[in-house]
Amino acid sequence: MTNQPNTPLILVIEDEAPIRRFLKMALMDQGFAFEEALTGREGLTVLASRCPDLIILDLGLPDMDGLNVTKELRQWSDVPVIILSARGQERDKVEALDAGADDYLTKPFGISELLARVRVALRNASKNSKSTVESNITFGEVAIDLAKREVKVAGEEIHLTPIEYKLLTTLVRYAGKVVTHNLLLREAWGVGYQAETHYLRVYMAQLRRKLEQDSAHPRHLITEPGIGYRLKL
Amino acid sequence: MNDSRPDPSLLLTRLREEEGTGRGHLKIFFGASAGVGKTYSMLQAAGKLTEEGVDVVVGCAETHGRAETALLLERLEILPRVSVDYRGTTLAEFDIDAALARKPQLILVDELAHSNAPGSRHAKRWQDVQELLEAGIDVFTTLNVQHIESLHDVVSQITGVLVQERIPDSLLESAAEFELVDLPPDELIQRLRDGKIYVSERAESALNNFFRKGNLIALRELALRYTAEHVDVEMQRYRHVHQISEPWPTTERMLVCVSNSPLSVRLVRATKRMAVALKAKWYVAFVETPAYLRLPDSEKARVVQTLRLAEQLGAETLELSGESVSEELVRWARTNNVTKIVIGKPAQPRWLEVLRGTIVDEIVRKSGMIDVYVITGDAEGAPIPWVKRVRSSRKPAYYAGSAGIVALCTVAAAVMTGHFELSNVIMVYMLGIVIVASLYGRGPAVFASVISVASFDFFFVPPFYTFAVSDTQYLVTFAVMLIIALVISTLTARIRLQAQSARLRERRTAALYLMSRELSCTLNLDDLISIGLRHIAETFESKVAVYLPNFEGVLQVLVPLDGLDAGVAVWSFKNKQPAGLGTNTLPAANALYVPLFGAKAVIGVLAIRPADVDRFLAPEQLHLLETFGNQIAIALERAQLADDNERARLQVKAEQLRNSLLSSVSHDLRTPLATITGAASTIVEGSASLTVEKCRDMASEIFHESERLNRLVGNLLDMTKVQSGNLKVRKEWCPIDEIIGAALNYVDERLTNRHVRILIPADLPLISVDSILIQQVLVNLLENALKYTPDGSELVLRASVSDQVAQIEVADRGPGIPPENVEKIFEKFFREERSDRTGVGLGLAICSGIVEAHGGRIWVENRTGGGAVFKFTLPIEGIPNLDHLENADD
Repeated sequence: MTNQPNTPLILVIEDEAPIRRFLKMALMDQGFAFEEALTGREGLTVLASRCPDLIILDLGLPDMDGLNVTKELRQWSDVPVIILSARGQERDKVEALDAGADDYLTKPFGISELLARVRVALRNASKNSKSTVESNITFGEVAIDLAKREVKVAGEEIHLTPIEYKLLTTLVRYAGKVVTHNLLLREAWGVGYQAETHYLRVYMAQLRRKLEQDSAHPRHLITEPGIGYRLKL
Repeated sequence: MNDSRPDPSLLLTRLREEEGTGRGHLKIFFGASAGVGKTYSMLQAAGKLTEEGVDVVVGCAETHGRAETALLLERLEILPRVSVDYRGTTLAEFDIDAALARKPQLILVDELAHSNAPGSRHAKRWQDVQELLEAGIDVFTTLNVQHIESLHDVVSQITGVLVQERIPDSLLESAAEFELVDLPPDELIQRLRDGKIYVSERAESALNNFFRKGNLIALRELALRYTAEHVDVEMQRYRHVHQISEPWPTTERMLVCVSNSPLSVRLVRATKRMAVALKAKWYVAFVETPAYLRLPDSEKARVVQTLRLAEQLGAETLELSGESVSEELVRWARTNNVTKIVIGKPAQPRWLEVLRGTIVDEIVRKSGMIDVYVITGDAEGAPIPWVKRVRSSRKPAYYAGSAGIVALCTVAAAVMTGHFELSNVIMVYMLGIVIVASLYGRGPAVFASVISVASFDFFFVPPFYTFAVSDTQYLVTFAVMLIIALVISTLTARIRLQAQSARLRERRTAALYLMSRELSCTLNLDDLISIGLRHIAETFESKVAVYLPNFEGVLQVLVPLDGLDAGVAVWSFKNKQPAGLGTNTLPAANALYVPLFGAKAVIGVLAIRPADVDRFLAPEQLHLLETFGNQIAIALERAQLADDNERARLQVKAEQLRNSLLSSVSHDLRTPLATITGAASTIVEGSASLTVEKCRDMASEIFHESERLNRLVGNLLDMTKVQSGNLKVRKEWCPIDEIIGAALNYVDERLTNRHVRILIPADLPLISVDSILIQQVLVNLLENALKYTPDGSELVLRASVSDQVAQIEVADRGPGIPPENVEKIFEKFFREERSDRTGVGLGLAICSGIVEAHGGRIWVENRTGGGAVFKFTLPIEGIPNLDHLENADD
C-alpha cells in the first residue's frame, strides 16, 4: 500500500489492543490510513520507515514512556503528535506538550473529540509546511486582522496591551490546539518567567473580559486546567 | 448439717492451680539431714526418666566426692556452670540463663537452700527455681528439713545451730511432689564414720556437733512430720480437684499481733504452725500507735520485715492504727470473726507491769468469747540489712534549748519574786515546761522538769543559792511540782507527736489525692504517665522511669533514665515482684523496679532511682510508693480500656463504612454495566428487525452509561486520594472567574437546559488555591445540582471576597435539603433517599475533603423561596507578586 497524498497516514502507538482496535475502526471509517505499533521502539522504527502524517501516542507504554518517545522523535521529525493519557496525569501531559507534543486527549474520550484534535493537528502541520499564514481570523464576534494588528469585537475596535496582543496571536497561531503555560509565557514575556503562571492568568482574564461575552463562561478562550489554554474557533 | 458448697477462696485456689498448667512441676527430694542420699535418689530418678525418653538436664548437682553419685551423673547431660568472681575466688554457679535458653523438660537443681554468689541474678537459688517453674520447666531439687522457714526456730532450739539459709513455706506448699529420703540415724552415723558423707577429718567434728544421735532423731521426726503434713495437704487438694464432698472444717481464724520486738518473728512462725495444724486462716496485725512514730527507722524496718515474713508464710497482713493496741486489736478481731488471738509474753519488768498493766491483761479482759494464746520466745537479733540507723543530730540542741527556756523562766521568776507569792513563781516554770514539751518533745521536757525543780530550789527557796532546804514542807512542794511537770510534759509531748503523725498522714494523703485527682482528669496515656512520674519524683525525691509492654508484649522504656537495667525491669515484670535496689533480687542495681499491678495483670514496671537511698528505703516510704504505683496502674489500665473501646468503636465504624461502600459501589457500578451489556449484546447478535435507527439509540445509551461509569470511577479515585491523606495541594495564584469558567466548561453540554446566572464582581483579587482541585469542587457541586433539580430551573454561581476570605456559592431551585441532613450531607456514602437518583454519594464528601485541605469550610443552607445553596470559603494568604507585570507591559 502506498501512501496516497489525500489520505493521511496515522500511526497509533498504544499497547492496549481494544483501544488500538477502536481507533483503527474509527480512523479508517473517516478515511485515514492506519498503522500501529505496540511499543515505543517499534513506533520509532515505523515512524522512520513509513513517515506517517500524525502520531497518536499513549503516555504509558511497556518499554519506554511516551515522554521519552516524544523527546526522541522530536530530534529528527516534526510530525504532529497527540498524547493519550489518563485523568490526573496533568504533570506528565504538560511535560510531553513542552517536549514537543501537539495536543492531548484524556481517556476515556469520544470519537468526535478525537477527530477534532486530529483535524486541527493536521491542519496546523500543513499550514506550517506551506508557511502561509492567514491574516484574517474570526471567532464569535471577534475579528482579528494580523496584518493591521487590529482586533474588533462586534465591529468595534478594541485596545489590547502588547502582552495581551502577543498572547492572542500565539493562541491564534495554534488555534484549536492546546497551548501550555510555558509556551505562552515564553512567547509573551521571554525566557525566565516560567514560574510566574499567575501573570499569565491575570492577562488571560483581562483578555477574556475584553473579547468574551461572559468572561466567567467563556466560549472561545478555554482554560485547560493545570495545562494551559486553547482557542476554540 | 454441713454445707457442701465449696468455699470461694478454695475454688479460686483450684482455679489458679488449673490455670497453672503452663507452670512447671516441682519435686522435692526431702531429707532430715545431709548424707541421707537425696542427691543420689534424685539422680537415680532422673536416670530412669532419661531412659524413658524425657529430656533431662542437670543444672547443678553436688557429688561431695561420692563415687556412686558421680557414676550416676555420668549418664546425664550436664549444663556448664557459670563462673562468678567473688573477692578473688571464682565460684561456679548454676547458670539460670543457659537453663532457660536450653529449656529442657526437666532440670535437676541440687540444694534448694543454696545462697548464690553476690552479683548473681537472684540472691537465693530457690528464686532461680521459681523462675524455672514459671518458664514451664519441671524441676527436681533437694532440701534438708532445717532450711524450712517455719521450722527454723524449732531446728535452732534442737541443734543450737542458727541456719542462715531458709526457704519460704509458700514455695514448698506449691510443690507438686515431696519425696522423703529417709535413713535411720544409726545407719547415717555409720555412713558418716565410713567417710561416705564427709572426708574423715571433717567427719569427726561433724559427729560431735550437728550429727549427734539426739539431733538426728529429732530432725528425722521433724522431716517425717512435715512430709505427713504435706501429704495431708495434697490429699485435701485432690479432694477439691475431684469434687469429693466432705465435712468442711469450721473455719478458724487466727490473729497474731506483732510489734517492733525481735520476738515478733517467732510469734509469726508459731502462729503459722498452729494455723496449719488447725487449717485456720490467719492474719498478722500491726497497730501503729503514737509511740511507734517515735521509734528509730531501724525498729520500724523490723516491723515491715516481720510483716513481709508473714506474707511469705502465707498470712494476710494488716496495719491498724490507734491509741491503744489492745482496743484496736480486739475491735478488728470482733468485726472479722477471729476465733483465736495470739500475742507475745510481755518482756517488761514486774514493777512496770503492776504500774501500767500489760497488753495481755487488757486483751484477755476485752476479748470476751475469743481465745487468747500467749507465747514466749527467744530474742533473735536479726540484722536489718537495708536500713541505716539515722541518728537525730538535733537532739543535743533540743536539750540546750530546754535549758535556755528554763533559764529564761528563772530570770522572769527573779523579777517577780518581790511582788508575787512563790506559788506564782512555780507557775512560770510550769509554763516553761509546757513550751519545751510542745517544741522539743518528751525527753527535753522531762529534762526541763528536773532542772526547773532544781533551779526553783536553788534560787527561790531559802536558804538561797544552795540546794539545801530549811523547811521540810518544801520537799512536798518539789515532789508535787515534779509530778505535775512530768505529767504536763508527757501529755503535751503526746499531743505534739499525734499532731506530727497526723501531719505526716495528711501529707501522704494529700500527695496521693493530688495525684489521683490529676490522673482522673485525663485518659491520654502519655499524660497519665507524665503526671504519675512527676508526682512520684516530687514525693520521693527520685528520678523515675516507666516500662510498658508494646503491642508484641516486649517491655519498652517510655521515659528513659540513665543507668537503668532493662533486664531487671523484665525480671520484675515477668515475676510480678519488686527487684533491684533494696530487694533480694539483683540488689546491686542502682534503681528499684516495682511492678504496676492493674486489676487483671501486671501492666508495667516503675523504675525509681532515689537521690537519697537511706531516706528512700524507710518502710513508710516504700508502702507509700506501692500505693502510688497502684493508683498509676489503675489509671493506666483505665486509659487502656478506654483506648481499646475507642479502637473497637472505630473498627465498627470503618466496617460499616466499608459495607456501605461495597453496597453502593456494587449497585452503582452494576446499573450502568447492565445497560451497556444489554445494549451491546443486542447489537452484536443483531436480529433482522434491528434497524440502523435502533442501533444508534442503543449505542448512545452505551455511550451515556459509560460516561456515568467514568465519573463514578473518577470520584472513587478522588475519594481514595482525599481519604488516604495523599491529597497534594499545589497552590497557585489564580483568578476566581477562570476556575468557575473551567468548571462550567466541563459540564457544558449538560447545562444546556438550565438557566445559569453568574455573579462575579469584576475586581476580585487572585486567590491562592490548587485550581484543578477547586475546579473539581465546583464540578461536583454543579453535577449535584444537575442531579437534584428539574430541567429549566435556575442555577446561580456567586463569588465574593471579604476579610481575606473568598466565598463561592452554588445556588439551585431544587427541593432543598431536609434540615436533619444539613450536617450529614457531606459524609461519605450519604445519599438522599430518593430512588430515581443514582450515585455513590461521594461527590460532596470529596468537596469537603478538598476545601478542608485548603483550610476552608463548606456547608449548605436552604434558600428562601426554595432550593439549596452550597457555600464554601477559601482563605487568601498573602498577596501575589505582580511587580514584573506592570514593568513588562506598559
